[in-house]
Amino acid sequence: MTAMAQRTWVAVCPVESVPRGDGVAALLDNGEQVAIFRTESDEFHGLSNMDPFSGAAVLSRGIVGDADGVAVVASPVYKQRFELSTGACLDDENVRVRTYPVRIAGGVVHVGSP
Amino acid sequence: MSRTLVVAGHGMVAHRLVEAIRSEDAEGTWRIVVFGEERRPAYDRVGLTSYVDGWDAGALALPGADYSGDEAVELRLGDPVTGVDREARRVVTAGGHSERYDALVLATGSRPFVPPVPGHDLPGCFVYRTIEDLDAIHAAVERARGGRGRPAAAVVGGGLLGLEAAKALRDMGLSPHVVEMAPRLMPLQVDEGGGALLRRLVTALGVTVHTGTSTDAIEADRGKLCAKLGNGTELDVDLVVFSAGVRPRDDLARQCGLEVAERGGVLVDSSCRTSDPHVYAIGECAAIEGRVYGLVAPGYTMAEVAAARLLGRDATFPGADTSTKLKLMGVDVASFGDAHAATEGALEVVFNDAVNGSYKKLVVSDDSATLLGGVLVGDAGDYNLLRPLVGNPLPADPATILAPAGGGGAVGIEALPEEAQICSCNAVTKGAITWAITDEGCDSVPAVKACTRAGTSCGSCVPMLGRLLSACGVEQSKALCEHFTVSRAELFEIVRATRISTFSELIARHGKGSGCAICKPAVASILATLGNGHILNGEQAALQDTNDHYLANLQRNGTYSVVPRIPGGEITPDKLIVIGEVAREFGLYAKITGGQRIDLFGATVEQLPRIWRRLVDAGFESGHAYGKALRTVKSCVGSTWCRYGVQDSVGLAIELELRYRGLRSPHKLKSAVSGCARECAEARGKDFGVIATDNGWNLYVGGNGGTMPRHADLLVSDVDTETLIRIIDRFLMFYVRTADRLQRTAPWIEELDGGLGHLREVIVEDSLGICAELEAAMARHVEEYADEWKGVLEDPEKLARFTSFVNAPGVPDPTISFRTEREQPVPVLLPVPEVVGR
Ligand SMILES: Cc1cc2nc3c(=O)[nH]c(=O)nc-3n(C[C@H](O)[C@H](O)[C@H](O)COP(=O)(O)OP(=O)(O)OC[C@H]3O[C@@H](n4cnc5c(N)ncnc54)[C@H](O)[C@@H]3O)c2cc1C
Repeated sequence: MTAMAQRTWVAVCPVESVPRGDGVAALLDNGEQVAIFRTESDEFHGLSNMDPFSGAAVLSRGIVGDADGVAVVASPVYKQRFELSTGACLDDENVRVRTYPVRIAGGVVHVGSP
Repeated sequence: MSRTLVVAGHGMVAHRLVEAIRSEDAEGTWRIVVFGEERRPAYDRVGLTSYVDGWDAGALALPGADYSGDEAVELRLGDPVTGVDREARRVVTAGGHSERYDALVLATGSRPFVPPVPGHDLPGCFVYRTIEDLDAIHAAVERARGGRGRPAAAVVGGGLLGLEAAKALRDMGLSPHVVEMAPRLMPLQVDEGGGALLRRLVTALGVTVHTGTSTDAIEADRGKLCAKLGNGTELDVDLVVFSAGVRPRDDLARQCGLEVAERGGVLVDSSCRTSDPHVYAIGECAAIEGRVYGLVAPGYTMAEVAAARLLGRDATFPGADTSTKLKLMGVDVASFGDAHAATEGALEVVFNDAVNGSYKKLVVSDDSATLLGGVLVGDAGDYNLLRPLVGNPLPADPATILAPAGGGGAVGIEALPEEAQICSCNAVTKGAITWAITDEGCDSVPAVKACTRAGTSCGSCVPMLGRLLSACGVEQSKALCEHFTVSRAELFEIVRATRISTFSELIARHGKGSGCAICKPAVASILATLGNGHILNGEQAALQDTNDHYLANLQRNGTYSVVPRIPGGEITPDKLIVIGEVAREFGLYAKITGGQRIDLFGATVEQLPRIWRRLVDAGFESGHAYGKALRTVKSCVGSTWCRYGVQDSVGLAIELELRYRGLRSPHKLKSAVSGCARECAEARGKDFGVIATDNGWNLYVGGNGGTMPRHADLLVSDVDTETLIRIIDRFLMFYVRTADRLQRTAPWIEELDGGLGHLREVIVEDSLGICAELEAAMARHVEEYADEWKGVLEDPEKLARFTSFVNAPGVPDPTISFRTEREQPVPVLLPVPEVVGR
């Protein structure tokens, strides 16, 4: 039998606090920052808020959209695009940002440990 | 062992020769020694008149003309060749230098011809050929300004060079007289009908024309000059500029016994060789097969021929096209082929539209099947298509081609034969360009330019390159991005016509997918221009680009900078103190910007509304430093204080800034107002710049700084304030509606079919009948303007966005920290994570 690490979920905000096609940032207890995005089709995604190209914690302030149908956010600093579901950078194959699971329960957005 | 090539003269043609040899002679079989009389390397003499725009000699530099880093070339400037010993194959110079040569190329150009009228050498008499000549003219104009009355000038010679000189004087703020012996202006290029229209257009621009009269004498008269004309007229002027043609500088050749042509010029054969096989002559000093050319393109061809010969290849001068097209003070003049119908049996077809100021003449063969030449004045739009057709069958009846509606449309680019020259500066044929597109895979105008050199000199054929690309089936996509197949301008019209006011509706109806960082801000900007309320209202907020999103400028550590508006750069001590207090209270770094205002850096997201509150309470508002919108209208201190100012530049700058503040546009918009011709506000480096004149204002458009600095061009002159504002209203609205995303005004004007001339027709002459509509749109903008900072402070929903963390309002981003440098806070940067493989 394999031991499954217990995933912890943190309640962050009401669903309405994340507008469609936009993002917000949440501060976790361990000091990590999570950018939470909501697509036009109401999917929620979590990425590390740290933009790997500038070192600034600002990814949540990027523009959400799609590239060839893949949901992405474009960094507000230098505009590189990151895939919302995997954190992979579309403009530099060697770069990826950490993803965080996000779920909605009782109208509240929760972020899970990665 | 390498051989020595000596070049006498370093003008445009000599430079092309050295370039041509060096690009092929990798082994360095030639060591090249160039002697130049002028103290600077070859420069763009063709563009000499533009020197007046900023008195920046660097802007005329030809790339690579100092040969730095090339050991095979020795450039000795300010040291003219004074003698040639053909037996010993040696030249000697004024500086006492002596150099042996294996081959000698004379490229000494020509000298201005000064008619030997009494008084032609008085102080105050000038010629027009070098940068130094222009500096001397400039100094004389400035001196004359110091005296009483408005400075005046006469130009002797009404040909191409005379009108160039008149333009330069006019750009210096004078209203020059032009004196021409022939019965019309530009007698070599245009015919009587064209000359008459040219005279009318030039006169309307403040140039007084005296034709059919000689200049008999120049006399000194109480610190001024008096030019006495053959027809009895006397002109009281401060300076006289002679530009009555040029004469080849063949003195060295005469001195050493080389053959010269009957009417001057070093006689050379079609391989550019003189009567001595070791000596060549090229450019304006050469009489090739007896003929002297006063244009740069034939000179370039001679340089290529001589270079090929020196490298042991065969090449002969194919003859040259003396067609010319130029724009003088905004007036198009073109002449091509047999413009004067000198061919036996030639017929002329003339279209003269006095109302619209357009004269066109085609010269055709006696059976009217073949085009022989033509003259175009006022509107030379068809030149690019007609000139290459010379010697070829006409695609349509000449009258149809000349009719305004038929125009360019009647002559398609398909009608041109393969050997037709598209770029006459660099002798590139239609065939060569087509080959570059189809065989070399060039798929854009820049690619074609790089591959063929077409369009790299005067640039007038650039629109043709685009049309050739389309004719070859290369789609130059105008699609905004993968979500919209239309261009920004088309999208603007869609939004305007359909009144769609949300991005989601627009993309659902006219695009696909969910949008991206290109189309979302572009649509946000269009919606804002059309007046869609506060830019952070509801769904619009998520469309805004980085800076607009927070109404502040994002800096590298995730903090923002804040710029309150300081219209015209004028500020009271009390307001200045408030800015200082705000900076101190919030621990901000302060810096004065280039736009005459103050930038406060290092604000966190949650500090922004608190900073705005302080500023708004003190009477400030957003300066839109974050927007693709009007930034500032810079100004000099103007006539209120300045001893030299002629108008109140600060007052006008404030009026303009308050009128156009908040106008969202395809790119940032900058402006400035100078209170006199000294131009301290640097208005010509702006998208729209205003310079005061004795009679009102001159408006310049299409300037910018940045990586591709460009001076703005004169759009209208001597207008009153009301007219000025009306024309700026139209200019800005037309730009905002039709430009591409992130296209500043300079490239926008360049890409307009017909360029500045077309722009003037549309917004000054109202040729499209849209001016009333453009003005109404601007009136709406002015009416609906509201401060965006205040809009946030008054709306709790918008205020709620200004937090770093949705789950911890008020907590600033803990990764932000500052250290102190020169007594101010600056960001401590986080290490950028090491990225694999980069
Ligand atoms: C205002 C203006 C506008 C023009 N507009 C156009 C235009 O629109 N289109 C066009 O095709 N052409 C135009 N021209 C003409 C064009 O500039 C000339 O055809 C071109 O510059 C000729 O080049 P060149 O090298 O033969 O001679 P130049 O440019 O005259 O260069 C010759 C150089 O040799 C130097 N020199 C002379 N004697 C000696 C010596 N003994 N030893 C060393 N150096 C010596 C001279 O000082 C000079 O620097 C214009 C010219 C002017 C002045």
